[in-house]
Amino acid sequence: MTAVLSRLALSHFRSHRRTVLDFDGRPVAMWGPNGAGKTNLAEAVSLLSPGRGLRRAAAEDLVRRPEALGWKIVATLAGHEVETWAEAGQARALRVDGKAATQTSLAALARVLWLVPSMDRLWIEGAEGRRRFLDRMTLSFFPGHAEAALDYERAMRERNRLLKDMVRDAHWYGALEAQMGAAGEAIVRNRAAAIARLAYAVANADTAFPAPDLSLTHPDRDLPQDAAALTAALAESRPRDLAAGRTLVGPHRADLDAVWAAKGVAARDCSTGEQKALLISLILANARALAAVEGEVPILILDEVSAHLDAQRRARLYDEIVALGAQAFLTGTGPELFEELGARAQYVEVAEEGGVSIATERPAP
Amino acid sequence: MSAAPESLERLIELMARLPGLGPRSARRAVLHLLGKRGQLLLPLAEAMRDAGQNVRDCVICGNVGLADECAICADERRANGQICVVEEVSDLWAMERAGVFKGRYHVLGGTLSALDAIGPDELRIPRLVDRVASEGVTEVILALGATVDGQTTTHYIADRLPDVTVTSLAQGVPVGGELDYLDEGTISAALKARRGL
Ligand SMILES: Nc1ncnc2c1ncn2[C@@H]1O[C@H](COP(=O)(O)OP(=O)(O)O)[C@@H](O)[C@H]1O
Ligand SMILES: [Mg+2]
Ligand SMILES: [Zn+2]
Repeated sequence: MTAVLSRLALSHFRSHRRTVLDFDGRPVAMWGPNGAGKTNLAEAVSLLSPGRGLRRAAAEDLVRRPEALGWKIVATLAGHEVETWAEAGQARALRVDGKAATQTSLAALARVLWLVPSMDRLWIEGAEGRRRFLDRMTLSFFPGHAEAALDYERAMRERNRLLKDMVRDAHWYGALEAQMGAAGEAIVRNRAAAIARLAYAVANADTAFPAPDLSLTHPDRDLPQDAAALTAALAESRPRDLAAGRTLVGPHRADLDAVWAAKGVAARDCSTGEQKALLISLILANARALAAVEGEVPILILDEVSAHLDAQRRARLYDEIVALGAQAFLTGTGPELFEELGARAQYVEVAEEGGVSIATERPAP
Repeated sequence: MSAAPESLERLIELMARLPGLGPRSARRAVLHLLGKRGQLLLPLAEAMRDAGQNVRDCVICGNVGLADECAICADERRANGQICVVEEVSDLWAMERAGVFKGRYHVLGGTLSALDAIGPDELRIPRLVDRVASEGVTEVILALGATVDGQTTTHYIADRLPDVTVTSLAQGVPVGGELDYLDEGTISAALKARRGL
C-alpha cells in the first residue's frame, strides 16, 4: 500500500496560524523564501509518525508564538483521521479516528522517512545521530522496534541512576540487565535485518546515487548478539560502569559505518556533496526496500535537498521518486528547482506575512 | 482569579489532586456536592472522617482494613501456602472480585524505580522476604505490570526468593495497576496459566 497524506490542517502550529492543504498522492513541492514556514509544514508531516518529529522538538516549542495557546494538527493519513495536539503547558496528545492512541500505533498507519539539512553533518558528528538515523530506518521495517528501543532506554536510565548513586544491590542490577538483554537482543536483530534489507535494495537498484556499504560497529569489543550474552556482558561491565557512572556496553553504543562502495572511501572522508548523496541513496534504498518487501511505499520528506543537486541529478531524483510512487514532500527556495517534476507533482507556495505563514496551492511551474 | 470563597478554594484544590480530576472537574464536583448538601456533602465528609480515623494498612501484607491485621491475614483458611504479590490495593480487590485465588496477598505499594527513588525498602520487599521464610510459603505468584518497572520488580523479587517456587501471571495479560480493569474471567485465566520464573 502506498501511504498517502490526503489532507493536512494546522492550527497555531509554529509560524502557521491556520493552514489547510489537500493532497492527491503525487509528490508535493513547496517553495518560498527562507523563514516562510516550509520546514514547519514538513515538521507537521513528520509528527504523523512516532517520536518528536524531524526537529525533535518538545510539544511546547511547537505552539505558535506569541499567542502560545496550544497547537493542533489534523490529518487524513492512509484513510484515517489523525489528530495530534497539545494544550498550553500540556503533553502532546494523539487521537486516531476519534479514539485516543499511542504514538507507536502511528507506525502501522504509514512510514515516514526524512532528510533534513541538520543531517548534513551526520557522517562527521557523533555516533548518536547515525544511530538515530539507523533506528528510524529500522523502525520503518519493524514497527515493534520502537517498543524495544523504549524498553531498553527505560531500563538503561534506571541502571545508570543506580550507577550514579553507587547503589550496590546486585539483584537490582540483575533485574534491569535481564530486561536490557531481552530488549537489546531485539534491537540488535532488527538493526541487522534492516541493514541487510538496505544492502539488498542498494545492490539491486537502478539509481543515480552512490551505493554505500553499511556495517555496525561497537567501541572496545564486539557487541553480544543474544539476550543471555548481552545480560552477561552488562553484569561483567558493572565495575567499569560504576567508575564511569553510565553503561558502557550495549546496542546504545553501536555506530553505523558507511563506505562509498565504488571508491572505498569512508563516508566521513567524502566531500560534503558526496555525503549528502550517500544519505539520499540510503533514504531511497529504504523506500524501495519497503515497497518491495512490505509492499508499503513510505512518505518521504526531503527538506532543502533539491538545492544541493545539479540539474541532472535533480531530474534523476525526481524520476526515482515518481517511479517509487512515493508521496514526497520537497522544499526549496524557488519554483525553478522543481521544473523537472512538471505535472508529476503538486505545488504549494509558502510565504510569510506579518509573522504568519501562508500556504497557497499553485499550478506546475 | 477565582470567584469562589476561600474555604471552597481549598476544597477545590484538594479535590483537584484526586486521580482523574483536574481543576475544572474539581470545581464542578464541589458545586455538585454543595447542591446536594444533605444527601451527599455531609455524609461524604462523615465517611471520609470515619475512614481517616479507622482504616489502616495491614502490618503484614499492606492491604487496608480496620485492624492491625486485615481480614485476609486474620483468616486462617487463607493460609494455603500461596502469596500473590500485587502493586496496589486496587489490584488485590480486583483479584478478590474474581474470587479464584484462595491464598494471601502482599501489596508492594508500587514498583522499583531508581529514577523515582523507589527502592526495595520503599516497597515492603524486605517484609515479603521475611514472610516467605516465616509463614510456610510454598509459592509466590507475582501479578505485576508488563511495564519495564513492573518486570524489573518481577525479576528482582524472583531473584531475592531462591528457595521458593516463584511464578508470574501469564504473559500478555496486562496486570499491575491494570488488574483493576480486567474482568473476572481474564484474571482467572491468567492465574491458571501462570508460569515459573
Ligand atoms: N513556535 C513558533 N511560533 C511562531 N513562529 C515560529 C515558531 N517556531 C518557528 N517559528 C518561525 O518559523 C519560521 C521558520 O520557518 P521554517 O519552516 O523553518 O522556514 P523555511 O520556510 O525556511 O523552512 C521562522 O521565521 C521562525 O521564527
Ligand atoms: Mg527550512
Ligand atoms: Zn493483611
